[in-house]
Amino acid sequence: MTNGWNDIKNADVVLVMGGNAAEAHTCGFKWVTEAKSGNGAKLIVVDPRFTRTAAVSDLYAPLRPGSDIAFLGGIIHYLLSNEKIFKDYVLAYTNAAFIVKEGFGFEDGLFSGYNAEKRDYDRSSWDYEYDEAGQAKLDPTLENPRCVFNLLKVHYSRYTAEMVEKTCGTPKDLFLKVCELIATTATGAKTLTSLYALGWTQHSKGSQNIRNIAIIQLLLGNMGVPGGGINALRGHSNVQGITDFGLFSNSVPGYLAMPNSKETTLEEYLKTRAFKPIRPDQMSFLQNYRKFFVSFLKAMYGKNATAENQFGFDWLPKVDVNLDTLRQFELMFQGKMNGFICQGFNPLMSVPNRKKLIAGLSKLKYLVVMDPLHTETAHFFENHGEMNDADPAKIATEVFLLPTNCFAEEEGTFTNSGRVIQWHWKAAEPPGQARTDIQIMADLFLRLKALYAKEGGKFPDPIMNVDWSYRNPAKPTADELLREINGRALADLPDPADATKPPIKKAGELMDIFAQLKDDGTTSCANWIYSGCYTEKGNMTARRDPSDPSGKGIHPNWGYAWPANRRILYNRASADPSGKAWNAKKKVIEWNGSRWAGIDVPDFGPLIDPTQKATGPFIMNPEGVGRLFTRGMMREGPFPEHYEPFESPVANPFHTKVQSNPVARVFKGDLEVFGKSEDFPYVATTYRLVEHFHYWTKHAKMNAVLQPELFVEIGEQLAKDKGIASGDMVEVSSNRGRIKAKAVVTKRIRPLVCDGKPVHIVGIPIHWGFIGATKKGFGANQLTPYVGDANTETPEYKAFLVNIKRIGPAA
Amino acid sequence: MTINRREFFRLGGTAVAGTTASALGFGSLEAVAAEVRPYKLARTTETRNTCPYCSVSCGVIIHTTGDGSKNTKAEIVHVEGDPDHPVNRGSLCPKGAALLDFIRSETRVKQPMHRAAGEAGFKPVSWDFVMERVARLMKDDRDANFKQASDDGKTLNHWPTTGFLAGCATTNETGWLTYKAVRSLGIIALDNQARI
Repeated sequence: MTNGWNDIKNADVVLVMGGNAAEAHTCGFKWVTEAKSGNGAKLIVVDPRFTRTAAVSDLYAPLRPGSDIAFLGGIIHYLLSNEKIFKDYVLAYTNAAFIVKEGFGFEDGLFSGYNAEKRDYDRSSWDYEYDEAGQAKLDPTLENPRCVFNLLKVHYSRYTAEMVEKTCGTPKDLFLKVCELIATTATGAKTLTSLYALGWTQHSKGSQNIRNIAIIQLLLGNMGVPGGGINALRGHSNVQGITDFGLFSNSVPGYLAMPNSKETTLEEYLKTRAFKPIRPDQMSFLQNYRKFFVSFLKAMYGKNATAENQFGFDWLPKVDVNLDTLRQFELMFQGKMNGFICQGFNPLMSVPNRKKLIAGLSKLKYLVVMDPLHTETAHFFENHGEMNDADPAKIATEVFLLPTNCFAEEEGTFTNSGRVIQWHWKAAEPPGQARTDIQIMADLFLRLKALYAKEGGKFPDPIMNVDWSYRNPAKPTADELLREINGRALADLPDPADATKPPIKKAGELMDIFAQLKDDGTTSCANWIYSGCYTEKGNMTARRDPSDPSGKGIHPNWGYAWPANRRILYNRASADPSGKAWNAKKKVIEWNGSRWAGIDVPDFGPLIDPTQKATGPFIMNPEGVGRLFTRGMMREGPFPEHYEPFESPVANPFHTKVQSNPVARVFKGDLEVFGKSEDFPYVATTYRLVEHFHYWTKHAKMNAVLQPELFVEIGEQLAKDKGIASGDMVEVSSNRGRIKAKAVVTKRIRPLVCDGKPVHIVGIPIHWGFIGATKKGFGANQLTPYVGDANTETPEYKAFLVNIKRIGPAA
Repeated sequence: MTINRREFFRLGGTAVAGTTASALGFGSLEAVAAEVRPYKLARTTETRNTCPYCSVSCGVIIHTTGDGSKNTKAEIVHVEGDPDHPVNRGSLCPKGAALLDFIRSETRVKQPMHRAAGEAGFKPVSWDFVMERVARLMKDDRDANFKQASDDGKTLNHWPTTGFLAGCATTNETGWLTYKAVRSLGIIALDNQARI
């Protein structure tokens, strides 16, 4: 979330699309209710199903699963063609006026530079024109036909309300009502907030859904203001934190990158990450990259990281191919993986194409599962009939199930969706012999280290040199780990303003903030964006002062929000170029003549005088402004384009030559098992219920009582066509598998008419498995296709093709 | 006797029982009060925690028996929303409201388990057995498949044949220590639940 949960109450219009907050983020949704009752806000819900969020909306519009880009593109077209944009903001705070270089183009569904054989683009033409000094060229009059604003207009000119109706099945009149309501926030007086979840991300082009809302919010001037922003309602309690800590193949904590093999030295690695400003007056915060990265290496290797050995740069593994979950299981399926460790993750249920997963896990030499619960992944080798068709006698995988504590039995921090890091306290001991994940990881590491010390082996250097100087190396505490994360001075740090003054930090002291980090090895910090969370004043994440002096939902002394305890990101944009709030009601920070000040921590140089320097508010971008055109940062192109899901009932209405995402990765074998609409005529989408959380609450008796049994949801018309009554048993099949479930016939799902043809939708909740307190049930991943978003590799769970038939009366 | 506010309300709720009691000859308020089970949370220890399910991260209060002294064993008997928490303000959804049933779930793992090749099920084993065996399997695989350099001589220093999937309901501190351990081993097949 760019803003936070409490901030939703400041919104005037709330758009929930790509999520169902009332059921999946119930207690956060109360702030939508608060916006409606306290602020007179209007709630718009766009969803294939009439969800419980839709039930309390002011305006509900249905759309076909997988057609979001067309819908959002239609909104952009409406805003541009009706001049419903916040022009001063767009001109000053976006790249609308930037001139795009010759050579960039878009034709027949493809941007310039496409290579069909590689299924990839040469993105070099997707960039600005630069002057001799390397600065981007602008046309503030917006007359140049190659400026971003005009290219944007041309690109979206095809996204008319008629095309939206044809593609999404949303009636044109209803769609226009959505546009009109959204457009009421274009003046700076009102704000729109966007709340989304997996409904936008679990698509083969999910990232471009988010790009579209970014464009909308920039055009409306809704970034950086209370009640605005783009708010990803994230999944698990600490999915934000684990993302921040970079537990990805190619990441380093704090959104830094793992080096690849071409980057043979630290200098080589840092060269491409200088992020020099490309506008005069601009500050580019990531110019501090070297400080953050060297401090990370010091946290990894401690005193063994020296300037002479490039702070241990060579010890870090080099990543040339991103080994994301889908690729890992593909390699496993090919027999190229030997070992696999799952720490509190149940991939047998959550990764697509169950059949492929069982085959992959069966080829492993060893599988280690660390979990508080008996997960299906740990028990993958068991035969549960059609629900898990495995033959244990033929599976040679050695499996270990290690009991871990649950949340109540440990202390430490979770980071919520609004980036607030919150400490929690331990209430009891874990049951039986269960241990904490920390203890297990430490034990494993120390045993391996001892084996290498005794026996030698391949390249033991990083194992021997990693810093493990915890008070009790076998049981590091959450408290000392959080201090290591925050970072500390390793030598006295002189005052940068005046070296004759006492040092700003003495050796050993905890950092106050990442701005104090050094690139010469005199500071250590595991995750720069968390720096400030545990200072000499104490554990900031354990703060429990709920006061909110401004009344705007900031709560500055509750926990600690990264970065720098800032609650609203990009808040410099809440003020106009001269430093005055665009709207007194939506004031966050202002220039008071000598510094930036207000109700939140400024997301800007606190002393940059806006009357002297035209520094842009988006200081993480070298442009200093928000991007309507993303240069080469997205794999599909610098503007979002509608592509159909890999399994779709219709031909792409926008262009005949390119049906689906032209750069999405499809493995051999997976392409062959995509279904055709002749055989699988209905669109399936997966979803969650308010009573369950993924494959977890099925272990809890109360939740099992509330929702005991798998069902699939279909509309009345489809039920009639197929002779299905509510409660009948049905079989739902895709080209990869079949599931059996009870049918629930509702008015909540209705057929949509796309290009003159009715499209029926089958809703499949995801919460059942073969272990737990509920009845056993099939999983949606027995049906879903093995393809992910081209940028993130998040699998396409929200739109695929199935067939459905009645197999008998209620069982 | 002293009657606190909650017990007073409970007394009100037992008016029918009270009438019956007086019919049996116990007329005094003390007799009624003696029949009422004292409010069980009045003497529990409260611990502030965070709901582990979704990323609203609601504040919860966990009630345990005992006062934490040496001769008592804390048992979790109740979980409720934390009214001081600025986001959930005491409320919980049907998932959070049933957290006690997750904590006490019958399908929790209580001891290390091992399944040998071809076996139909798990057998309980000791921590030492598990950790020693896993460390051995990992070291053997690492030593056999660790790549120090590419064919054209570029440094790789990675171990591609063992994967690690991290969860998203573990703490940041767990995440960092895990990162440190797996990267020091050279693991590059690293991913987490956020992907899905």
